[in-house]
Amino acid sequence: MTLTLAFRNLFHDRVRLSVTLIGILFSIVLVAVQLGLYLGARGMIISMIDRADGDLWIMAYGTKNFEEAQPIRARERYVALSTPDVVSATPLVTAFTDWRKPTGGSTLVVVIGADAEDGGLAPWNVVQGDVSGLGARDAVMIDKTYLAELGVNGVGDTAQVGASRVRVAGLTEGIRSFTVTPFVFTTLNRARQLIDMPADNITYVLVKVRPGANVETVRQAIRAQLPGDNEILTTAEFRDRSLSHWLFATGAGVALLGGAILGLIVGTVIVAQTLYSSTKDHLPEFATLRALGSSSGYINKVILMQAGLSALIGYGLGMTIALTIVFLSEHTALPIVMSPGLAALLLALTFAMCAISALSAIGKVMRIDPVMVFNR
Amino acid sequence: MTAAVTKSETPAGVAATSATKVMLEARDIVKDLGSGAGKVRALKGVSLKLNSGELTLLMGPSGSGKTTLLSILGCILTPTSGTLTVGGRPTSELSPEALANLRRSHVGFIFQSYNLFPTLTAEENVRLALDVRGSRGSDAVVAAQRALQKVGLRHKLKSYPANLSGGEQQRVAVARSLVGSPSVILADEPTAALDSENGVAVMSLLSQIAKDRSRAVLAVTHDPRTVPYADRILRIEDGLIVGEERRAEGVETVHELARTRKRKANA
Repeated sequence: MTLTLAFRNLFHDRVRLSVTLIGILFSIVLVAVQLGLYLGARGMIISMIDRADGDLWIMAYGTKNFEEAQPIRARERYVALSTPDVVSATPLVTAFTDWRKPTGGSTLVVVIGADAEDGGLAPWNVVQGDVSGLGARDAVMIDKTYLAELGVNGVGDTAQVGASRVRVAGLTEGIRSFTVTPFVFTTLNRARQLIDMPADNITYVLVKVRPGANVETVRQAIRAQLPGDNEILTTAEFRDRSLSHWLFATGAGVALLGGAILGLIVGTVIVAQTLYSSTKDHLPEFATLRALGSSSGYINKVILMQAGLSALIGYGLGMTIALTIVFLSEHTALPIVMSPGLAALLLALTFAMCAISALSAIGKVMRIDPVMVFNR
Repeated sequence: MTAAVTKSETPAGVAATSATKVMLEARDIVKDLGSGAGKVRALKGVSLKLNSGELTLLMGPSGSGKTTLLSILGCILTPTSGTLTVGGRPTSELSPEALANLRRSHVGFIFQSYNLFPTLTAEENVRLALDVRGSRGSDAVVAAQRALQKVGLRHKLKSYPANLSGGEQQRVAVARSLVGSPSVILADEPTAALDSENGVAVMSLLSQIAKDRSRAVLAVTHDPRTVPYADRILRIEDGLIVGEERRAEGVETVHELARTRKRKANA
């Protein structure tokens, strides 16, 4: 009966129910978009680090993220290779540079140079062309998302990077940058040439440790041989540092999480207000229940079920809209991600929001004077 | 219609006959309402007993303390002083939750404005009284349907209060008060919102219910039409019981008269 009563109370006043549901819906959509953007941004920030096949990263001291790194000496690679338990040490080059569009104008890109045969970091999700095609003269690989921004139409088109000509040899899908700066994959030497980096410089050495070996011991051994202007991070440390820089040092993540929290607060206030006024309207009925001998728990259950039903319906509607937005953003430069974990978190947040909203209504009912049943 | 009641020799029905049982007893109930300068003594030492098998009317002018007394007898208000025993259990030390528990076990209420849930059908309204007692499932449905059948509303199970007349709504409220088999039924002005025909029907129903030897019925009323149905009338004024009238032995109530008439007609 508690469920029946909650359901009927809820649907008795359709206008109020609509206001409640719109409150929850807006809240869910806002939180879903903000957290989805956060997840999307997070994925973009760490995608290169996670895709690279290595356990340790040797880099210039103070490097804050994958894209922005100072060059180091290429011979550090051999220092790493000479360390016991190191299986491979792959040089990588990354740097911002200008891409001159064939149609005129230029845009900033991040050039990533690695040799496919080293197996350190190669483009993935290749939808046109082949990674081995990067060995061809002037070959680069870019993501489909950025074709328009780079002023090219597809494979075979040419452009200019630095003082050199490049030709699009392949396309990837879904490799996007948090900075909205397109990635341009090429070989190590061509990358040096495009960004005008001396031949004895690189940006990272990606170190792979023998399976079963202690990564920390290997790190200490390499560090002992390297000059002090380098540092060595594990993949997890580099991932955390990049996230910390882009999401928190720049304030972008704080803004996204702040928006999500704001959405929750707005939703809670709207639901609390409507639930409170609904409870106030039904006070004589709750007083009657009290007079009939119902326990406080019974009445609280009715109110919480009202809140729970609102949460469930609001979540369904909100998620429908949120998933539509997620679908529409899928091929944009800033995709919104909806994972099963996020969907479950949103459901839990919706229930929590509605339960918190119900507290004011429960407080009101607890203060009922049951004598009012005689005064109606 | 014969309204036959006589002045009782005993104060407020203190002594129950051998065939009856005391279902509720109040002793020296005092109730102060408000505080400070606005404090009013609504009840000034009320003692009464409700006996099983009796329909007792509590009559008095507005502001005499009828509703306050009813609230205390129904364990909704707690007295400032005095003792109340419901179903043999003293209430003075009980918490609000324990009082609610006592209400659901022993007390049924009928309200002037029926207090039905507008979003529930007649059957659901009755079943709600069982639900708060923890009685659910098909047994509860059957019990609710039986209670509605007793009040002549078997055909209105699925009707919402808005689709029932005032009399029908009050009969649903009577069914709701009955369904949990309480030992005491307290009715607050049960006929006040009803026309003459429906008022008679509801009082007739309460009179029948009161014939059950396991139950006492108390109705607070202004309505003189209810007097013929009473076994006993308590008069309250200024927070004190000022008189008790009891139906004289051998004098038939209107209900019994109707039955006699029907028997004669059949014969």
